[in-house]
Amino acid sequence: MEKNPDTDPRETLKTLPGDDVRQIMWRYQDRYDLQMLIQSSRSVARGIVARLVAEGARNSHDWTAEKNALLPAFDAAGITTCFMDPQQGGFIEGPKNLALSLVAMELAWVDAGASTCSLAGNLALSPIHERGTPEQRDYYMSRCVPPQNGEQRKIWRGAFSLTEPLPYVGVETGLLSGKVSIAEWGVGQEPILQVEKRARFITNMGFANFTTAAVESADPRIKGSCIIILEETDPGVFDRGVPTRKMVHQLSSTNDPVFSLKVPASRIIGGYTVKDGVIHPKFNHSEIIEAVFRRTRVGVGLMTAAKLLSAVEPIIRYHRNRFRGAASVNPGTPRYDQGLQQKEDCLQRLVDIWATGEAAASLGLAAARLFDELDPVEKIKDQKFAEQGIAPGMAQMKAFRGISKQALEFISLAAQPAAERDQARYEALKTDAVVQYLILDSQANVLCPATKLWNTGHGANVMRDAVSLMGGYGITEDCPGFLGHKWMDAQLEATYEGPEAVQRRQLSVTMTNEVFLAVFRSWIRELRLIGTERPGIGADTLATAMELWSWTLEYLQKNTDAHGAKLYHGNRQGVSFPLADALCWLVASRSQILDVLELAAKGPANTVVAEGLDGLVNFFSDLCAVQAASAAGESARICAESVYGYSALPAGPGGKGPGDQTDASGAVTAALEPFVRLRIKLDASLAGSRLAKDRAAEALTKVMIPEALDYPV
Amino acid sequence: MPTSYHIVVCGSIVPDPLQTLEPVTTPTGPALKNELLLPAVLDPWAGHALFEAAHLAKQHPGSKVWLVSIGPKAKLQQVMMTVAQKVPFELIAIDGPAGGFTESAEIAAALAEAIQGLPGLDKSRLLVFGGWESATRGAGTTLQMVGERLGIVDQFQGVDQLTVRPDGSFQVLERIEGGRHQVSSCGALPALCGWATGNLPEPPNNPQVGMLNMRTVMPALQRAKPTKISNEGVTFPSVSLPKQRRETKIVKDMPPDDIAREIVEWIGKE
Repeated sequence: MEKNPDTDPRETLKTLPGDDVRQIMWRYQDRYDLQMLIQSSRSVARGIVARLVAEGARNSHDWTAEKNALLPAFDAAGITTCFMDPQQGGFIEGPKNLALSLVAMELAWVDAGASTCSLAGNLALSPIHERGTPEQRDYYMSRCVPPQNGEQRKIWRGAFSLTEPLPYVGVETGLLSGKVSIAEWGVGQEPILQVEKRARFITNMGFANFTTAAVESADPRIKGSCIIILEETDPGVFDRGVPTRKMVHQLSSTNDPVFSLKVPASRIIGGYTVKDGVIHPKFNHSEIIEAVFRRTRVGVGLMTAAKLLSAVEPIIRYHRNRFRGAASVNPGTPRYDQGLQQKEDCLQRLVDIWATGEAAASLGLAAARLFDELDPVEKIKDQKFAEQGIAPGMAQMKAFRGISKQALEFISLAAQPAAERDQARYEALKTDAVVQYLILDSQANVLCPATKLWNTGHGANVMRDAVSLMGGYGITEDCPGFLGHKWMDAQLEATYEGPEAVQRRQLSVTMTNEVFLAVFRSWIRELRLIGTERPGIGADTLATAMELWSWTLEYLQKNTDAHGAKLYHGNRQGVSFPLADALCWLVASRSQILDVLELAAKGPANTVVAEGLDGLVNFFSDLCAVQAASAAGESARICAESVYGYSALPAGPGGKGPGDQTDASGAVTAALEPFVRLRIKLDASLAGSRLAKDRAAEALTKVMIPEALDYPV
Repeated sequence: MPTSYHIVVCGSIVPDPLQTLEPVTTPTGPALKNELLLPAVLDPWAGHALFEAAHLAKQHPGSKVWLVSIGPKAKLQQVMMTVAQKVPFELIAIDGPAGGFTESAEIAAALAEAIQGLPGLDKSRLLVFGGWESATRGAGTTLQMVGERLGIVDQFQGVDQLTVRPDGSFQVLERIEGGRHQVSSCGALPALCGWATGNLPEPPNNPQVGMLNMRTVMPALQRAKPTKISNEGVTFPSVSLPKQRRETKIVKDMPPDDIAREIVEWIGKE
């Protein structure tokens, strides 16, 4: 019998979404290796990690024996090995961005410091993995694999030494005080280098056997900068330094080390050539850092996403049980059964937290999957360029300028119906690895900093809301789910691997890439189609908000302020940075909608998921609508401030100042009419978004949750 | 007596014990509210049996372990992502219902049929393991009927320890009243052991073990035969939660004596 929407209640959330739901939404339902890795990471997170936090291990800066027990636990669970390729002792084939991101989420669900501890080992290896010679890769990565049955060797662990003592490297990675010079260079011999490096806030330094250190040449016989591998047994000083007195992430070891070591030149990551008696490292430190951080930053952003999602269950339980136990509150009464969930405010605020967590997770995992797609294409691109003698850096940038036209052509063809486009040309461009690289890369260059910036920065603010929903309990060590710790930790996630300003700076450049903007326009078209098929999911709202953002960017790029100064300019961060923030809201909301559509499409094929699918999709669609409305509102506010805010104040009767965008009657000029129309359209598109929030809030009062949290407090 | 074994472990899934389990009435009989949507785990009793089986197999090279499991295929697959990481085994999956309201005689028949159909199974080396009872229902009847159908007369229930002697015979410790064990000797196979908790800790997850197991687990799930458990003739006059409920509370640094006293008081109220 068909349902009657007028009389049948709308299906909604029955239980909290489980693994089978997440596997579909986050696209690893066919990846059994990842599903198992998640389970093993979870057992570590909700076992030893949770016990350490509950026992107060975070109350010390030092790397204690208790904390050190994390390392063998990571080894046994496959967390250490998942970064390696099978020939190096790993068990996951192919790119591992999604795998590492999922591990980061699982650990951060309980404690982000433990997650950082795990990721930092990979970070140390990443320069070697991304740009090392084959010999360097095999040597170091195989040593970082835990000993297998019967092997008698010590596992190596690494640290990545980039940051230096203040006032040097922080935001500006181009300045290095660490130096490298030639100590000995016998005729026909490999040069021996003297490395002097002081570093700050170096994760894993309390136990690392080697470090990858960024240094600059202090010798005319070495060109530029490089990253070099230092081992604890190298001659000289390998001083781990004092523990950093950080206030968060205490389950990761962080020290301020000092190195003064002699090492062979073969330790330069990526190798070197000698020209006219000068050592030319194949990659300078900036090139390596760019290759490394553009991937690892995604995992950091996902830590905060996991924490937001982890807050949902403890908050619901706290609200429901809030008054139980009081003598005057008897079972069967609303106060006993519903507790604080009788109050709309706490329900709706939790809806906002959950919606933010969903959007953050969807954005970060979309970025991780994109990098998995990009990695093999990048290798083909590198190979093709090498065959053509096109070196990394400026030469590649120049080559890309010609290829970007083909990328734009492909994006245009892809938007046309297959029957109407030049299919042969479409196929040719589709199989052109360099063209595809350019398209994927343009997206990765936005999604990665967006994940890092929005998930951690906005996520930290929303974590504060989560803490406040637990009342005084939230700010104690006893808070179920460790929410207070998670809130504080989020501030470091916003800082690690490039603070917010670095991400905004990167976005302000990459979001104006013409290839990205063409992709962005295709996303708007796609959302319009989604909006037609699923009107309640917020896609139309988001599409309009994206049009408004797009219009605003173009306006700011072409216009000047009231004083005639260019608006969109590299140094004018008051214009470019807020627009970057606005974009993050939009791409996060888009990713969230796409994940829910994936669930709706693939869920029916899974008998378990199909059981409660209608309700789940309804609920998640409501969360999408809530988030799209927030994203549209925030983005539109920024756009309006940017467009109007640089105009002169309306002049008095008869007068008109430079840049004044209003006529004598106060109406906007024709140039701004499209903006006004879009804003009106946007406001109207919010219809139903608050009803969606009401429904989602109501669902929180009914959803079944476990009797207790599955990790200690 | 053989020096290597064919160990068949019978075990399925149960809802994660942390979940809220609420009986409801459906058109087909009683069920747990949203049971299919709740996360599941391998039945802890069957889990002990599996870990004991793997331990025994490891000590006796040439042995092989099968896990025969009836449950909803998609749910079984989810649970295997954890279980398959713990010890090596080959899965024999049967797509059917799992839960506390299925007729144990029918489940036993399906399990016995699956065991009889195992290619290369040597009954002279056969040990059938399973949970003495189940976390979904403490009737303790299924495994006994599996044994009967397979013609296994040497059956031990509530087993905590199985020790192989140098001559190949083995000693079995079965739980009896008063925290004591009944000690038995068995000199011939096949035999059946319904395990209590055993003595082994749960092995840690190891994805590399899992990757090896997955070579057979996934194909087994794909070819899992559907089986119909009709529950014909079975009626449930009433279904309810135990009246005596323990409310979870969190108290730090409570002395063990106080904890024990509180538990005794709680039991005494029943």
